[in-house]
This record gives sequence, structure tokens and C-alpha cells, in this order.
Amino acid sequence: MNWADLNLMPALPEMFLLGALSVILILDLFISDAKRGITYALSLLTLLVCAVIQVSTFEPFATVTLSGMFVDDPLSDIVKVAMYGVTALVLIYTRQYVKDRGLFKGEYFTLTLFALLGMNLMVSASNFVSLYMGLELLSLSLYSLIALQRESGRAIEAAMKYFVLGALASGLLLYGVSMVYGATGSLELAKVAQAIASGSANQTLLVFGLVFIVAGLAFKLGAVPFHMWVPDVYQGSSTAMTLMIGAAPKLAAFVFVIRILVQGLGEMVADWQGMLVILAVLSMAIGNLTAIAQTNLKRMLAYSTISHMGFLLLGLIAGNAEGYSAALFYVIVYVLTSLAGFGILLGLSRAGFECETLDDLKGLNGRNSWYALLMLLALFSMAGIPPLAGFYAKFAVIQAIVNVNLLWLAVVAVMMSLIGAFYYLRAVKVMYFDDVQDNSPIAIPGDMKLVLSLNAVALLVLGAMPERLIAMCVEAMKQSLVVL
Amino acid sequence: MFANPLSLVIWTPIVAGLLVLATGGDQRAPLARWLALAGAVLGFLVSLPLFTQFDNLHGGMQFVENMPWIESLGINYHLGVDGISMLFIVLNSFTTLMVILAGWEVIQKRTAQYMAAFLIMSGLINGAFAALDAILFYVFFEGMLIPMYLIIGVWGGPRRVYASIKFFLYTLLGSLLMLVAFIYLYFQAGKSFDIQAFQALKQIPLQVQILLFIAFFLSFAVKVPMWPVHTWLPDAHVEAPTGGSMVLAAITLKIGAYGFLRFALPIVPDASIELSPIIIGLSLVAVVYIGLVALVQTDMKKLVAYSSISHMGFVTLGMFLFTGSQMNAWAVEGALVQMVSHGFVSAAMFFCIGVMYDRVHSRNIADYGGVANKMPIFAAFMMLFGMANSGLPATSGFVGEFMVIMGAVQVNFLVAALAATTLIFGAAYTLWMYKRVIFGEVGNHHVEEMKDVNKREFLILVILAVTVLGMGLYPQLFVEKMHLSVNELIAHVAQSKL
Repeated sequence: MNWADLNLMPALPEMFLLGALSVILILDLFISDAKRGITYALSLLTLLVCAVIQVSTFEPFATVTLSGMFVDDPLSDIVKVAMYGVTALVLIYTRQYVKDRGLFKGEYFTLTLFALLGMNLMVSASNFVSLYMGLELLSLSLYSLIALQRESGRAIEAAMKYFVLGALASGLLLYGVSMVYGATGSLELAKVAQAIASGSANQTLLVFGLVFIVAGLAFKLGAVPFHMWVPDVYQGSSTAMTLMIGAAPKLAAFVFVIRILVQGLGEMVADWQGMLVILAVLSMAIGNLTAIAQTNLKRMLAYSTISHMGFLLLGLIAGNAEGYSAALFYVIVYVLTSLAGFGILLGLSRAGFECETLDDLKGLNGRNSWYALLMLLALFSMAGIPPLAGFYAKFAVIQAIVNVNLLWLAVVAVMMSLIGAFYYLRAVKVMYFDDVQDNSPIAIPGDMKLVLSLNAVALLVLGAMPERLIAMCVEAMKQSLVVL
Repeated sequence: MFANPLSLVIWTPIVAGLLVLATGGDQRAPLARWLALAGAVLGFLVSLPLFTQFDNLHGGMQFVENMPWIESLGINYHLGVDGISMLFIVLNSFTTLMVILAGWEVIQKRTAQYMAAFLIMSGLINGAFAALDAILFYVFFEGMLIPMYLIIGVWGGPRRVYASIKFFLYTLLGSLLMLVAFIYLYFQAGKSFDIQAFQALKQIPLQVQILLFIAFFLSFAVKVPMWPVHTWLPDAHVEAPTGGSMVLAAITLKIGAYGFLRFALPIVPDASIELSPIIIGLSLVAVVYIGLVALVQTDMKKLVAYSSISHMGFVTLGMFLFTGSQMNAWAVEGALVQMVSHGFVSAAMFFCIGVMYDRVHSRNIADYGGVANKMPIFAAFMMLFGMANSGLPATSGFVGEFMVIMGAVQVNFLVAALAATTLIFGAAYTLWMYKRVIFGEVGNHHVEEMKDVNKREFLILVILAVTVLGMGLYPQLFVEKMHLSVNELIAHVAQSKL
């Protein structure tokens, strides 16, 4: 390593995050439970500063640094800014909820920020080693976050399941990476891509490695048939942690997949395309069909997530910049939507009561028509009904696959979203058509109410004016994929 | 953007609807009502210039507005109307006004949400008629499902949940395939979602045309609805509140038929000709079989719902009568007149049933009898609408049916003969129901307690009666608006794309 060439600027947000995180970690030791609000405020401030650094150091091209370990490109910038925002929303939405359950502790914030650091690394890694490090940092933080609720048997079970299956998936991924390393002689994505392009690599070994890598990635995304952990973990974890798992990590996992499959193994697009088609069709089918049978909302949303991951894969299957940017748009919209949906569930829960079955939403319109409307927006956006943002997300990926002449896949996709519409409609039905059962007042803190409202209304605004965000996704993809 | 009359007719009701929604709970219901009425009146007023300033001698699209909307996906905010779509926008704005009045004191539960849903839906429907960009059309077309779903589900009858979900999923099924068809055409038309660019495509192989036609057909046939995908309609109608039934029958069904004219026929003319015998067959089944089904209904709303399907069968019949590659001008114009007329008549019929339902809370024919003794004014009006529904000359119902039958005679006598049976069935089911409900001795104590129409109801009835009679006596007012557009359509469809 040549120290003179060491350019740390691209990693500035991460370094700041790590520094701030350490400060919070130590500071929190000297804070009493009553003043935990300080930790909370500092965490939010850290996120804000990170976002400011990220935006102010934006450059419309990719910079590789740290000996090819780390890349800062527009794709990582846009996703990181989204992740800061999402994490801030998660902290705001979960504050009251975790307070009620005695989890409003320093560990909660530091682990969340550690997870964010891991995600940042996943998003910006350009080497299999750094990719893996990011992934593990994220995963280990999440396991412990779920297990934080240590009196709850269900949470511990969920954490254990997540841990065991997650470790298995990481193992698969590593095994695949080792084969790719064997075939190409490098762990750096750019060099791997070069080696494959030159044709000198052993094809059999590569394809073999690819299968393991795709399986590992599918595990992390939660695509069928590697989806088993998703419903159990979503249901078992406290809703706050479910929100945490379901939000920012999806963004990170998406870029993770792009880095490995597109930037590293892009030459093998024909090989992984076929595998992704199977994963996508199965995810959309099983996810949507199984969701119909669920009465537990968290479980239903877990299966809905699986089906959304299927849709997301469609964008990758297209195998061109158009498809990738459609998928990027899809994942951003999805995360925004699921934040709003889970946010309402968190808001409706209170000390000693978890809002998690369909019946808990009964007559919400009669109890509070504003929250019902927000939930309605989130549900219809997930169902992909215009004029909500979810429609344009689905539309963009379908347009991308029709462009590569996969019409049949487009027809399968729209039929699956028809099936999916049923369970979203049922949730709307419960809120609007059924009579109120539980008339206890809904006490959502003012700041959360404001942010939640903005979040859900953004789905409608984004539906009316999606151009800015789509154009940003397209630009980011174009500028990021050129270099590597 | 808001200077354009088309943007105005779309956004005025939507903005008004959002304002009404903002009034909140039922304690401020009077405010919500008056605000909604103001919005509906304003919405109707801004739609009038479309009618008065429309240039009958000018072909193509008028009041055009085109600007980029989602450039990355190739979608434009492109609006424009021809003589066909313009009429429906005016009809829709008019119906919305009637619906707001019809629900005035009847809707006591969540009044603001009720009024807002109708206003927002009105704007979305106008958007669907005015859109010249396929995806813009789709957004409006699908978007209107959300308010309609809530209208049926929240304010509907006992089986409202079943009806609303069935309505939603049925319509979604069709339209999703159409979406794929749009995306396919986008690439064929050189990356454009412009409907006119779709229509201008020169060459499409017959096989592809047929697949596209099926996609369009599934979408629009469900909406019309055509037999055998009509089963959502009686359920939705019966369970919907009066206003919901009025809008469903008067407007949303027309969007299906309009879709055939705007998409299926001009974009895939050869497939349309190829498959026209099937459409004609299905339409005749609707006319004859559904007419018979209507005859045996015991529920008044269901009866009128089936009568709507039967009448819409006439519309699709008129659109698909071909001689060679030539559409029949009489039949097409007849179909359009029938659509507009049915908009008024069915809205009036559903309103009449709503008036009785509000008093007795039953839709069963058997629960009535001798209503004329207690509500003479109402009975007279309902008589007129009943006559119009059965196609009596001098009412609007007659003109369209007569024109379609005239066209059918030129094409195929048997088809014409079968279609003409509607005049018998229509009279039979409508008048028989009328006789059982209105005439005779006072049936029971519920009827005994019925009071004649109040001022508000009287006003609605008068307005509807004037339009029904006016259209019957002077159809030229509408026909001259659509004449040139219909001829252009016929000329366009006559050009093969093979």
C-alpha cells in the first residue's frame, strides 16, 4: 500500500459516522435513563451531519480508493442519503414504542448506527472482502437489535433464527466468492470483471461460484426459495425492529447485489439472468399467494416484502442501465412505503398492546380518519394502484423487461400484482368498512405524527411528480456503472 | 396549465374534493355539503365551455394541452378532446352535480368523505376521457377505482364488502393486461405513449393485433360490462349507495365503451374486424338474455342494473357492425347517443329507486304497491324515465336504439331482428316493475306513510326530465358535435394495418 496515494475523502461520511458513533457510545455511559433523549438527539444529529457531508461532497463520477476496497459513486451517494433519511425516520417512529417497552437505551442507538455503518460499507464496497465486512457488520448489529428485547421469547427466537440462517447465507456467499477468487485470482470487483471479460477464467468454476453467490444474495434479499426466515423474523421481532430490518437494509442489499452481479460478474449476465427469473417468479407467486392467508399484519407484510423483492429482481433481469435504475427507483419507493405502513402500526401500538393483526385495524377510519387515510395511501402504493408512487415503481420495472422482450414475464408480474391487490384491499376493507372495536384513543407524539404524515403524503406527491426521483436514479446508475 | 379548460375540468373537482375532505368529521357536515355543491357546480360550469366552444367543423383533437410529465419513462401530460370524449366530460360533470344533490341529507354517516370521494372521482373520470397519453389515461382509469371501492364499501348495502372487492379485482384484472399492451405499443411506436401515435402505427401483424385486442377487450369488456364478465355489476349496483349507482351506470360503464372507440378499434382495426362476430354475438346475448334476466328480478336496483347491461350490449353492438372494413356510421352514432342517453336515464332510474328506498328502506318490488296514491308527482316522473328506459319515441332512449337498429338492418337482418327484441323486453321489464310498484292499491303500511318528493328531489327530477325529453326531441344538438369525429374514426378504421 502506498500511503501517499491514500485518499480518505470519499469515505468522509463513514469516518464521521464511526467517530460520532464512538462518542455517543462513550457519552451514553454517563447518561441516566431519564436523559436518554440526549443520545437520541445526538444520533439524529449524526445522521443529519452525515447527510450534509454526503451531499456536499457529491461528485458525478466514481472514485475508487483504499486500494480498491472502497468506491464513492453517485449510486452510493443517492442510496446513502436515502439510508440516513430512512434511519432517522425509523428512530423517530420507534421512539415512543421502544420507550414503552423499556428499550430506550444507549445500545439501541449505537447498534442502529453500527448497522448503518455496515450498510454504508456494503453500498460503497468495491472488493469482496469489504462487501463481506459491511454485510456482517450490518447483520450482527441487527441480530443483537432484535435480541435486545430479552424478556420476549418470540424476539429471542426470531433473533436466533435470523442469526443461524443469516450465517448460513453468509457461508454460501463466501463459498461462492472463494470459487470466483479461484477462477479470476482477484477479490476486487473491477479486476474480477476484467478477468472474466478476458476469457481467461475457468467458466465451470465461475458458474459454480455464481450459483452459490446468487443463493447467498437471494437469502439476504429474502427471495423465494430462500425466504423462510423473513416471515418468522418479521413477526417475531418487536415492530420497531421489524421496521428497522425492513427499511434501510433493503436499500443496502439492493446495491450489494448490483455491486456483485452487475459490477463484478456483469459479464455473466446471461448466466445469472435465468436464475433471477426463477427467483423473481417464485417470489412474486409465493409471496403474494401466501400473504392472502395471513391474518397477522406483520406476517402479511413480510410476505408482501417477498413479493416486492420479486418485482425488484425484474429490474435486474432486464440487464441494462434502464432496468437497474428502475429497480433502484423501486426499492426507494418500496422502503418509503413500508416505512409509512409500519409507522402506522407502531403508532397504533401502545404500552402493553401490539397492533399486529388485521383485527387491530378494525374501524380505524371511525377512530381516526387521518391515520386511516395515511395507511390507505401506503397500502394502495404497495398494491401499485395509480396515482400512488408504487404504481410508477412497478411500471418502470415492467417497462424495462418488456424492452428486453420478456413479455411473458411482464404478464406474470401484472397477474401477481392482481393477486397481491386482494390482501391490500382486505386491509383497507378492515379499516374503512368494519365497525370500530377498540375505541382507545390513539396517542402519537406530535413530531412523529408530522413526519408520518409527510411520509405517507409523499407517496401521493411522488405519484403526481415522480420525474425528479426517477431521473436521479437514471443518472446515478449511468454515472456509476460506466467506470467499473 | 390551469388556464386550459381540460385541466380545469379535471382539477377543479379534485381540489374541491380535497377541500371537502379537509372539513373533517360529521359535526361539520353542513359545511361539507355546501362546499361539495359549490365544487360540483363549479366543475359543471367549467365543463360547459367545452360544449359551447367546441368547433363542430374542426376534426381531430381540440383544447389540446401537451407537456412532458415523466420524461424518463416517456410519459406526457397530454390532454385533448374530440366530439366523442367531450360529450362524456360534460355528462360526467352534470351527473356529479346530480349525485351531490341526491346524497344531500340522505348520507348522514361520514358526509365529508362521501362527497369528497365523488368529487375526486369526477375529476379522475374527466381525466380518463381527456387523456391522450396512454399512461395518463391509465392513471386516471385505475385511480378512479380507489374512490369507487370506498363508496361501495363504506356506504353500501349489506353485502357491500363482497361487492366492492369483486368490483375492484374484476376491473383491475382487465386493466393490468392493457397496461402491458400499452408498454408493448410504446416500443412499437418509437418510444411514445401518445395514443395518436399508437393509432398511427402503420403495420401490425394480425396475430399481434389479436393479442392486443384481447388485452383491450378484457379491460374494457369488464368495464362496459359485456356478458359474460358482467357479474360484478349487479352486485356493485345493488350494494352501492344511490349516488354510487348513478355514477357507475351513467359514467363508468361508458368509459369501457369509450375505450373500445379510442383504443381497440383505431389501434387494431383488423383484429377488430376479425373478431367482430364474437363481439356482436356477446352483445346480442347481453341484449336478449340479460333482458330476460332483468324480467325476473325481484330487486328494483338489480333490475335496473341488468337493464344497464342490456342497454350497453346495444352500444357494443353498434360499434362493431362492419360491412367489409367499413364501420356503420348510423350504428356508431346510435351507440354514442345511446351512451349519453343511458347516462341520463339510468341515473334517473337509480335516483327514483333511491327516493323510494330512503322512505321504505327496501328495494324489493314486493314491498311496494300503489305508490302513486301517496306520491303522485314522483310517480309521474318515474313514468317518464321508465318510458325512456324502454325506448319510447320522443325520449332520449328511443333515438340511440333506433339508430343502432337502422344500422344493423343495413348489415345483417337477423342481427337487427334480435337487437330489436330489446324494445319488447325493455318495455316488459321496466313497465312491469313500474306497474307492480307504483300502481294498484296501497300495498302496506310502509307505503301508506310515504311522503311525496321534497324540493330537492323535485329539482333533480325536473332537471333529469328536461334533459331526457330534450335529447329525445332534439338529438341533433349532440349528434352534430360528434359527427365529424365519428367519420374520422370510421375512415381511420377502414385502413388496414396488415
